[in-house]
Amino acid sequence: MSFDVDIRKVVGGERRRFVLDVRFRTRGRRTVIYGPSGAGKTLTLQAIAGLLTPDSGRIAFDDAIVYDSSTGIVVPARQRGFGYLFQDYALFPKLSVRQNIAFGLSKGLRNPGEQEGGEAVDRWLRTFELLDVALQRPAELSGGQRQRVALARALVNTPRALLLDEPFSALDPELRQRMRAELDELLQRVDIPVLMITHDLIDLEWFGDETLYLRNGAIGERPVGASVLVGAPG
Amino acid sequence: MDAATWITLALTLKVASWATAINLLLGVAVGWLLARRNFFGRELLDAVLTLPFVLPPTVLGYYLLVVIGKRGWLGGWLFQAFGINLIFTWQGAVIAATIVSFPLVLKSARAAFEGVDPQLEKAARVLGLGEWALFFRVTLPMAWPGILAGTLLVFARSLGEFGATLMVAGSIPGRTQTLSVAVYEAVQAGPDSVANTLVVIISLTCIVVLLVAARLAPFRVVR
Repeated sequence: MSFDVDIRKVVGGERRRFVLDVRFRTRGRRTVIYGPSGAGKTLTLQAIAGLLTPDSGRIAFDDAIVYDSSTGIVVPARQRGFGYLFQDYALFPKLSVRQNIAFGLSKGLRNPGEQEGGEAVDRWLRTFELLDVALQRPAELSGGQRQRVALARALVNTPRALLLDEPFSALDPELRQRMRAELDELLQRVDIPVLMITHDLIDLEWFGDETLYLRNGAIGERPVGASVLVGAPG
Repeated sequence: MDAATWITLALTLKVASWATAINLLLGVAVGWLLARRNFFGRELLDAVLTLPFVLPPTVLGYYLLVVIGKRGWLGGWLFQAFGINLIFTWQGAVIAATIVSFPLVLKSARAAFEGVDPQLEKAARVLGLGEWALFFRVTLPMAWPGILAGTLLVFARSLGEFGATLMVAGSIPGRTQTLSVAVYEAVQAGPDSVANTLVVIISLTCIVVLLVAARLAPFRVVR
C-alpha cells in the first residue's frame, strides 16, 4: 500500500520561478507531508490526484501507474480513483448535503436529485451523523459538518486512497483540535490509505505513521530526531 | 391598439427572441472560451466581439450589408448557392439585433464563468466527472445567474435595436418593421398617438426586463 512519486514541475515565469522536484515512496498506511507554505505541498498532492500534470517523472500507487512521462501515460483525474479532501472542502454550494455526497455516484450530465443516491449515501449520512442536515446547503453547516460532508463525498466513491489537503486550516483553533480527534477516529473506522499535507506540526502527532519533509520543492531531512526519512533532494 | 401595431409588436418580439436565443448559445460558448481557455489573441477576440457596443449602429449596418448583402462575400454565396437573401427580411433584422447586442451577454458570461471557483471543477474531476458533465453540473449552474442577467439585457437591447436593423432589414410594415423603426416612421409621418402607444410599450417592456435582470445579477444572488 504505497505511493511511489518521482516528479519534476517548473511553475511561474521568468521572474518568479518555482521548481518542484520531489521523490519519495510511502511505507506507512498514513503518511503526512509536512512543510511550510510555498514548499510545493499542494502542487505535489494535485499532481498525484491528476489535477496538475508534471513536466516529467512517474507516479504510481501500488502497481497502478497513473503518470509516466517516459511512456506517455497520463491517467485523467476522474479515472485515478483517489479521494481528495480540499482545503476549503470545495462543496457544491447549490446542492444539498445529500446531493453533494451523491455527486460522484452518477457521471451523467445531470446532478443527482434531492432523494437520489440510495443506500450508499444513507450509510454515509448515518456514519457521519449528517442525517439531520441532509437537505441543507453547505452554507448552512458548521465547519465540522462541512468537513464531514466533504469526506463522505470522497468516500462514497470507494477510493483506493485518500488525499487530504490541509484538512484543518479552514477551521478555527478550538474546533481544529476536536476535528483532529474526529477525523482520526473516522479514518480508523474506514481503514483507507491516507496521504496528508500540512504545515501544522500537531497534525504529525495525530496522523503521521510516517512523515516526509518538504522544503523549497524538494523532500529533505528532518532537522532533529527523524523517525522515518524517505527520499532525498533531487 | 390597431391590428398593424399588434403585428409590429409580434414581429419585434419574434426578432428579439431569436436574437436572444442565438446570443445565449453564442455567449455561453464564447464566454466560456474567453474565461477558461488561454490562447493567442484571446483579448483581441474579446475586443473585436465587443466592438458592436461602441461602434455606431450605422457603421455596423454598413458592415453587415458588405458581408451579407447580395454582393457581399457571405450573402453572395448564400444567394448563388441556395437562393437565400437576407437583406430586407426579418431574418436580416435578427442578424442585426444579434450582433449589436452580443457584447452584453459576452461580457456577463465571461465574468460569470471567471467567477466560478476552479476548486469546484477540480473537485468534480476527482469525483469522476468528464469535462462535459463537469460543465453542465458545476460550471454552468454556478455561472447561470450572470449569464441570465446578460441574456435579459440582450433581449431588451434587441427590442430597441434601430440603426443596424433599419439599414439591413429596412422598414416594411408587417414584414420587417420593428417597434423602434415604427416609432421613427410614426414621428416622421405625424400621427403622434401611434408613436405614443409604441413608446409606452417599449419603455414598459424594458423596465420590466431591467428589473428582472437586476434581480438575477450575481451580486444579488450571492448574499
